[in-house]
Formats: sequence, structure tokens, C-alpha cells
Amino acid sequence: MLKIYFELNGEPMYVEIKPGEMLLDLLRRLGMKSVKEGCRTGECGACTVLLDGKPVRSCLTFAAKIKGHRVTTLEGLGSPANPHPLQEAFLETGAVQCGFCTPGMILVAYDLLSRNPDPTPEEVREAITGNLCRCTGYVKIVEAVLLAAKRRREGVWR
Amino acid sequence: MEELKVAEETRVVGQAVPRLDAEAKVKGEARYADDLAFPGMLYGKAIRSPVPHARIKRLDLSKVAAHPGVACVVSPADIPGENVVPVIYRDMPLLAAEVVRYVGEPVALLAAETREAAYRAAELAEVEYEELPAVFDPLEAVKSDAPQVAVPEAAETGNVFNHMVIRKGDVARGFAEADEIVEGEYRVGYQEHVYIEPQGVIAVPEAGGMAIYGTLQCPFYVQNAVAAVLGLPLSKVRVVQTATGGGFGGKEDVPSQLAAMAAVLAWKSRRPVKVVYDREEDIATTSKRHPAVIRYRTGAKRDGRLVAVEVEFYYNAGAYQTLSSAVLWRGLIHAAGPYRIPNVKVDGYSVATNTVPCGAFRGFGSPQVIFAHESQMDELAVRLGMDPLELRERNALRVGDRTATDQLLEESVGLMDAIERARELSGWERLRREAEEFNRREPFRRRGIGVSTVMYGVGMGAKAPLLDKAGAYVKVEADGSVTVAVGNTEMGQGALTVLAQIAAEALGVRVEDVQLAPVDTSRVPDSGPTVASRTTTVAGAAVLDAARKIRARIEAAAREVLGADAVEIADSKVWPAGGDSGRAVPLSEVTRWMWVHNWDMGATGWAQGAPVDWDPETGLGKAYFVYAYACHIAEVEVDLLTGEAKVRRFWAVHDSGKIVNPALARGQVAGGVAQGIGYTLMEYLPSLEGRIEGTLMTYRIPTAPDMPEELVIDFVEAPYSDGPYGAKGIGEVPLMASHAAVANAISHAVGARLTEYPALPERVFALARNKTHPR
Repeated sequence: MLKIYFELNGEPMYVEIKPGEMLLDLLRRLGMKSVKEGCRTGECGACTVLLDGKPVRSCLTFAAKIKGHRVTTLEGLGSPANPHPLQEAFLETGAVQCGFCTPGMILVAYDLLSRNPDPTPEEVREAITGNLCRCTGYVKIVEAVLLAAKRRREGVWR
Repeated sequence: MEELKVAEETRVVGQAVPRLDAEAKVKGEARYADDLAFPGMLYGKAIRSPVPHARIKRLDLSKVAAHPGVACVVSPADIPGENVVPVIYRDMPLLAAEVVRYVGEPVALLAAETREAAYRAAELAEVEYEELPAVFDPLEAVKSDAPQVAVPEAAETGNVFNHMVIRKGDVARGFAEADEIVEGEYRVGYQEHVYIEPQGVIAVPEAGGMAIYGTLQCPFYVQNAVAAVLGLPLSKVRVVQTATGGGFGGKEDVPSQLAAMAAVLAWKSRRPVKVVYDREEDIATTSKRHPAVIRYRTGAKRDGRLVAVEVEFYYNAGAYQTLSSAVLWRGLIHAAGPYRIPNVKVDGYSVATNTVPCGAFRGFGSPQVIFAHESQMDELAVRLGMDPLELRERNALRVGDRTATDQLLEESVGLMDAIERARELSGWERLRREAEEFNRREPFRRRGIGVSTVMYGVGMGAKAPLLDKAGAYVKVEADGSVTVAVGNTEMGQGALTVLAQIAAEALGVRVEDVQLAPVDTSRVPDSGPTVASRTTTVAGAAVLDAARKIRARIEAAAREVLGADAVEIADSKVWPAGGDSGRAVPLSEVTRWMWVHNWDMGATGWAQGAPVDWDPETGLGKAYFVYAYACHIAEVEVDLLTGEAKVRRFWAVHDSGKIVNPALARGQVAGGVAQGIGYTLMEYLPSLEGRIEGTLMTYRIPTAPDMPEELVIDFVEAPYSDGPYGAKGIGEVPLMASHAAVANAISHAVGARLTEYPALPERVFALARNKTHPR
């Protein structure tokens, strides 16, 4: 058994990991149930988390690799009392249907907006191309990201 | 326009109320099947057949049982009740005992302490198979010398599970009168649901019975299946729906199979057992849209009037009946399209083969025939030298017309309005003209404009009227908030929110004051299955029935409290009728008074679909109580050098009666259009001798850049008098209409008829080059 340090949603962690354990399984084992398993082959994007602020597929990332790094899941983005503007935008625009792709979508959008504060609809579509949604046709997800971007530019962002 | 009735004035119904379940989902707090754990929980796994058709000579699970971490193994003899997964027929065993009929059929089960141990142990089963001749193609399977796949009691003859017909008028005379006749054969392959959350359930032994938690559409199907395999009364089985990450029909009957597996393991081990499929197992072993071979002949007069249609179609049902008879029936009824045709002859066959059983998928047997009938309409238009939209207008069903099954349409037919609106929004004539100009200008790119019009029978129809019922329970709390219990499920479509809106409207409360109870079969009324775009119409009517009873009591109490002869209620406030809302009091004052005076605060509601009646001999009758309609238009661009097709712009207009929540309805339409684009362009799941090996890497569904840059959605509302506030169904319709518009646009672009889905680049390339469809 290997014990590793890493930072999970701003909290220091010192945990045992199993040989060959994937980050997806570690995070879910630690209670981060927003990290979803949709395919385990890196295709659907439902397991997306931020590693040092960059989106990664947690199903393809070995847990051992995160030693010393920062991991952010949807649980770390906002708090129940104080949701993140992206979460609010997804709520308001109706970008959520079954909700299973939602955590990954929001984290990918978070990364996009931190790189590109004023994306075009095409740039949003391109940014979420690795995240599958089967309910919405992506229309309202794109609207939600654009709305959040607008608010971010207007300074409504933590 | 003349037949549209004015809908009644509403305050909550018709509003784009935010989804009630969205907040938990954006915060990552919604709990899906795999998110739940119970003390002592094991992980269940099926041991599956690697061969398509064989006699089981020997089953030895001793090495499985001896593997570290394995707590329990189950062979057919360990099933305490009946070895069956009951759907419409009872031909499918939970575990194949003597004969396996498809690759992936379960033969035994195991449960282990960890998922990893379960996977490893499953490889250790020793099963000896004596292979039998197998058949995979429905056209081969109907031949008299084909291997017998179907369980004889479940089939009409040989491998023909069901043969259903429509005989209206005289097609021979109809074709004799026709000025133009077109003919075609069309083929489609599988379509896989790809709900993003894979199948999953947990069985938990409790109080002499079993509780099931799972991602599912139809809790009462699951209850029935688990009771059957455990030999328990229904009352000892409780089914709880977890947050459900998409269904699309894929979680209609399949969860019964998973739940029965988990339940048998939990029963034997006396511990909770979780069965969650990974994506590969999900794609390989669960239901999909039926592959089909479809033959059409359509005849019309010179002015475009349709005079006859003759259809023969074969659906590859897979090894067991599951839902195929119902799927076939919907295909049959929808085969002639939303058109007035005096002479109709349809023969539909669902055929058993040694392949995974197909089942329900949004549209339920209709998209296949829609591809064919909409292709025929465009072929006819070319032959007649007529605009394809105009050809549809000339034949579109209107109030007073009779359908292919000779059903008189007495009300709520918004098809002509949908066509007109789509024509207007898209600028149809200009679009077609611009595409032609583009094609003259561009050497290596072609644009095409395609249209598709469809009708959809709402609800179960005359095939299964016994399931078109719904119960509801509505309770007003002492503080004026409201609890609604219904047995229908939320899977992303928005049912919870729509039902809350209907309750709020009827009671005069704010929608945020309405809470839907979690679906637990021991606590909610049986509302039938959550399928067939029926929830808003049928469960909505049940909620309305219960809410009106409560409303009457609230009004009676309010008259006492306010000392008024009559009262008005809205926005959770009550005031004397005839104005003076200055005297309004909060509804909670009235409900508190009711509670203090020991009034009954709850009521049950009940609804069933209006009567239907259909004759299997002639195929004629009132097939469904009402129909929804749609007209979709697609603009597609084809790259002649690569064969790639891209949908550039799309217009979708629907008549689903009164739209209870426009935002949710738009979400349904956009999602259905995406699935339709996928069906036509890319969703490809080949099978070789009954083996399906698909992952999301090989089975592509639309990603965000695959969607049109412009997607215009609109509604024309032809209210249905028996639907709550005039509502009909919408869920399945957008998928049904969209794919054929895309297919027709491709054919228009390249100047040759696409006759097979999906239109993969190599197929489109060959079609454009050779002007015939490669097979």
C-alpha cells in the first residue's frame, strides 16, 4: 500500500491508494460522488476533474500520479449555500436534464472560461467536444457557458 | 387553423419553470445508482455465453466459488421462484438452463466482496457448450430450413414472433389508379441508447422481502420481475428509483433483468448486492433499436394525391420477445405516415435471431418506417416534379380525415399548422433556391434541404390499453405546501416539473410549493410505465383529478375562514370571489384551519386513456386516443471529396397540444434532434455472427460540434380535450421526425437516394459518385 499526499478541493489529504487504482475510483471512494463513471475509456467525459486547474479524465489517470498535486471536483467548485456562477448558469438556462454529464461539463467550462473569458458559441462547442450529453443536444449547455462567461466579465465571479 | 380551440387561461402551466431536480444535479448532490452503498454490500456479475446458439452440456461453478472474495454463486437451480424475466411474453429465462440463444446471455451469477474480484471470478466458470446452427439475419431466419431460435410458445410460426397487418381499401385498385408509383428497400442497423449513466441496481434484503434501488423507467415492471424470480407476493418487493441518468427506452425493460439478477444473489447471500454494468457490457448485452429491412411501394395521382401504399417490413427482434411485439405494432400503425391514403396494405414481421434482444428506444419501432415513408415521399416528389413540402401539404391529415387504420381524427390535428410554421421559419423556397445556387457554384461541396413530417400515437394504444392508466396522490400540508406522489419517473425528460406545474395550476399554489415524492412502489400509486410519451397526458390527468378534489375542499374551508360565498385561489393566496384581493390571506391560513379542524388533507386521483379499439385481423380501428405531429426541416452540407455530411441549420415545429413547460419541451426537442442526427449520420454498431463489440470510442454519438449552428424550435398547439390543459405527448416525437429530414437533405444534396443508415462518409461518398446506394 502506498500513501500519498494531495490536495482535494483545497483540503490536504494523506490517503492510502491501491496498486493500479485510478483517480476515478479513489475520488469516489473518498466520497466525491459527483465524479461519474460513464465509460472508463476516456470517451464520455463524465469523470472529468481538474488536476492543477486543468481538466483530466479521472478514469484514465492513475491515482499515484496525483501525488503532490491539486485536484478539484464539482464538490469543490461552489458550496451548497454559495453555488458557483457556472452552477447558477446551468440551473437558470435549463442546461441540466438527466444531470449525469453535468459535473464534467461544468468543470470543462470552468477551464475554458479561465483561459478564454469571452468565448464564441463555436469555441464553447469545441471546448465541450470531449464531453458527451445524450439529453440536451448541447444547445442549453452552450447557452449556460455563454451566460456564465458574460457574468464573469461583468465581475460576478468569486 | 379553423379547428384550433382556445386553451383555457393558465398561470403556471405554459411557463418555463426551472426544473425541480436541477439544483441537486448542478451541485453534484443527486445520487445515481452507483453512488449508493449499503453495509455488507456485494458486487454481482453475470457469467455469459460466448456463443450465439448452443446446448449447455455442463456448468461447473466450483472454481468461481473458490475464488478469493466470492461470497455467492447462483445457477438456474438456485432461483427460488420462476426462472423468467417477464416482459410481454415469458419466454426469456433469467439464466439459460439448457439452451443459450445469443452471445452474452446469462448462464450463471456470482457476487463478490469487490468489483475486481467479481470480474476475475466470472472468467473462471467452466461451461461446456454444444454449438447449434445459428441465424442472425431476419430474412434468413424466416426461411423454413432456418435453425429454430424462438421458443415455440412465444412465436406465431417458426422464428416469426409476430406478423401484424393493416388491410384498408384495395391496394391493387389503388395502384391501378396511380399515375406514378415509387418503390424502394431501406435498411437500418442498431441504434444504441448511450444513456450516459449505465444500467445499475442494488438489491437489499428487507423484512422477508426485497428492496431494489436502481436507475430505471418502470418501477412496476421491476417489482413484477423480482417477485417472479423470488416467488414472492408483489407486496414483499419494493422498488425505489434512484436519480436516473437518461433512459430513452433503454431503461424500460432491461432494469427488470438486472434487478432479478441482483435479487436472486441477495436472496441467497442474505446481503445487499449491487449490479452495475460497465459500458462494454451495457452496449453488448442490453436492448437497442431494432435493425430493419423495409420495402415500400407508394402510388400517387399526378396532382400528388396518395392513392395506395404497400409496406413489408422485418424487424430483427433478437433471441427473445421482450418488447418486440409492441415495437412491431407501433411500427405497423405508423407505417403509412401522417397522410390521407385510401388504400393501405402493411405486413410487419418481428423475427427471432441469435442476437441480443432488441427493445424500446425513443420512437419505439416508428423511426425505421418513417425513414422509409419519408424517403418515398421525396422520391414521389421528384417523379411528380413537385415540391416535397407541397406534396406533404396535399396529403397531410386534418381534422375529419381518417388514418391508415381508418381512425377518424375528431380533434387536435396540428400537422398543417406545423408544416406552415416550418415553411415560414425556414424560408423554405429561399433555402432550396440558395442550396441550388450553392451547388452550381461549388465544385466539391453540395447542400441539400430535407423535410420530414410525422405523427405519433400518444400512450400505449390499443396494443396495451391495460397499461394506460395512472394513479396519483395529492396532499396539501398544514402550511399550504403540497406533496404529490406519482409512480412515473424522472429520467431527464422533465416529468417531475411538469407534474408539479399541473398540480400547482389546479390547486392555485406556487410551483415552488409543490414537492414530488420519491418514487417507491410501496408509497406511490401505480401510474403505469414511464414510456410512450404518456406521462404528461395520462399521469398529468391523474394529478389533475386528485388536485381538483383537494381544491374543492380548500375552497369549502376558505369560504368558512373568509366568511365568503365564493373564493378565488392563486399564487398560494385566497380571497373572496369578485375582486378585493386586498382581503387576500395566505393559503396557509386556510390549510392550517383545515388541519386544526381534522379535515382530510389528501386525495387520490385516477386517469386512464380514452377508449381505443383495434382489430388485429384487418388492422383497422382506433389505434390511439390522440396523436402528436411534427414537421422538421434540415439543411445539410456534403463534402464530395470525403463523403462527410454536416447538418448546418435545422427547424423543428411540433404540435404536442398545450406545452406545459416550453423550456423543458425545447430541451426534449433539441435532444431528440441530436439523437436523430446521430441515427442518420454516425451511430453505427456492426455485429458479426451475433457478436457486438462496441465502446464509446467505436460507437460515435453526436458531440457538440456535430450539432447545427442554428436550431430553431417552435410549437403550434392543437389542444387535446382529454389531456390536462390540452397537453399531448412530446418525448419521442423529435427523434422520430429529425432523422428523416437529415436523410432527405443528404439525398437532395447528392442527387441520389440514401437507402441505408447510417450515412457514414464512405457510403455518402459512394452514393454521390455512383448515384446508387452501396450495400
